[in-house]
Amino acid sequence: MTERNYSMNGPDAARAVENGLAAADWYHSDISRKEMKALMKREDQPAIRDTIVLLGLMILFAGLGVVLWPSWWSAPFWLVYGVLYGSAMDSRWHECGHGTPFRTAKYNDWVYQIASFCMVRNPVTWRWSHARHHTDTIIVGRDPEIVAMRPPALFRIFLNLFGLIDAMQGWKRMLLNASGKLDPEEASYIPESEQSKVVTVARTWVVIYAAVITLAVAMQSILPLMVIGLPRLYGAWHHVMTGVLQHAGLAENVIDHRLNSRTVYMNPISRFIYWNMNYHIEHHMFPMVPYHQLPKLHAMIGHDLPAPNTSIWNAYREVLPVLRRQLAYHNDFLKRDLPPTARPYREDLHEAALGETATASTHPISAVPAE
Amino acid sequence: MANWIDACAADDIEEEDVIRFDHAGRTFAIYRSPDDQYFCTDGLCTHENVHLADGLVMDHTIECPKHNGQFDYRTGEATRVPVCVNLAIYQVKLADGRVLIEI
Repeated sequence: MTERNYSMNGPDAARAVENGLAAADWYHSDISRKEMKALMKREDQPAIRDTIVLLGLMILFAGLGVVLWPSWWSAPFWLVYGVLYGSAMDSRWHECGHGTPFRTAKYNDWVYQIASFCMVRNPVTWRWSHARHHTDTIIVGRDPEIVAMRPPALFRIFLNLFGLIDAMQGWKRMLLNASGKLDPEEASYIPESEQSKVVTVARTWVVIYAAVITLAVAMQSILPLMVIGLPRLYGAWHHVMTGVLQHAGLAENVIDHRLNSRTVYMNPISRFIYWNMNYHIEHHMFPMVPYHQLPKLHAMIGHDLPAPNTSIWNAYREVLPVLRRQLAYHNDFLKRDLPPTARPYREDLHEAALGETATASTHPISAVPAE
Repeated sequence: MANWIDACAADDIEEEDVIRFDHAGRTFAIYRSPDDQYFCTDGLCTHENVHLADGLVMDHTIECPKHNGQFDYRTGEATRVPVCVNLAIYQVKLADGRVLIEI
């Protein structure tokens, strides 16, 4: 059984470079320059509208939570506020990191800074981490954002439904960075010229958290932390639930996003929280297309992509059996069928990964392992 | 001595757009700005080897299609991470409706 090493400094990282998988030329569905230009065009209006709605709802629900505190009647309002803080901010962090939602660059930067703080992700560090995720998507040893490894860390994913690993690591990393140090893995992908900015942001955050904790101590109440800090834990579940579906159970070490990413149709509330990142193949193939244009892009290139999952539930019915199999068979993965209208996968380019098709599940819903 | 290369017709590039031009084993990006001026830079992003001609021109900025790094294509200056290294730029002139670049 192949043992994988997901470290950025491990043997798989070196192998990916040797095999030409690092910074490779990826597959793109055909789309004319004229159509792509229209899709890429930036405007402020949709993201301003969505941001006003998001911040307005956050103020409303946090306000109701504060007014009703400490009664249990405040709980539903905290639960909604938590999802907006600990999950909707994840997609805002992601999209504004790409710089695509707003035409006005400073609006992207403002929302990115706020969302980074909420998600406890240093905005400098994670910009570089995410750039690598797009260069080398699900290439073992190169992509620092692989969630479901092989064997899948299911307990870790479960704990992260409550932010217990990622947020804790974020706060730990914040303290390390505030002391003037970087983790060696961070240093491997952040250029030296940017590293001092990591420390400056971390120190600013420490001051903010110190003020919130001081207020909580003075009030002898966790109420200030219910507004700032704790929602990263009690509201994380939605972004983990949707985020796991992006790549879990699919191929590793391939250079075609149709093989390693997943598009899932979702309800309108989840799509607002997730800012349309459910169109994940489309996003990876053409990251310059703003979130509000992804449904249109999906309609234009859908004929070249595997059929989308029809709901979050449907997607989990596909993913969970594969993750279960991967606990025992690390080489197992899901290779989804393409429609007859699609250009075929380049098996020659993906020999190393798709050569494992002896254990690949090609019929998703029925891919339940033998008991 | 200046070596002017005939790259394309002026009309080959739409306003506020970019095209790719390959010559002698090298690749370039040629831009037409919203105020109808022409510019030329190296064709590949300095962050990773991605063709800028697949990117988005907004005013005087070219955005890389892979990681959304940005350059001012008039000066080659890197203006948004993850790009940190400036682009090389080349002189451009128009003659008889053709775009010439100095390599």
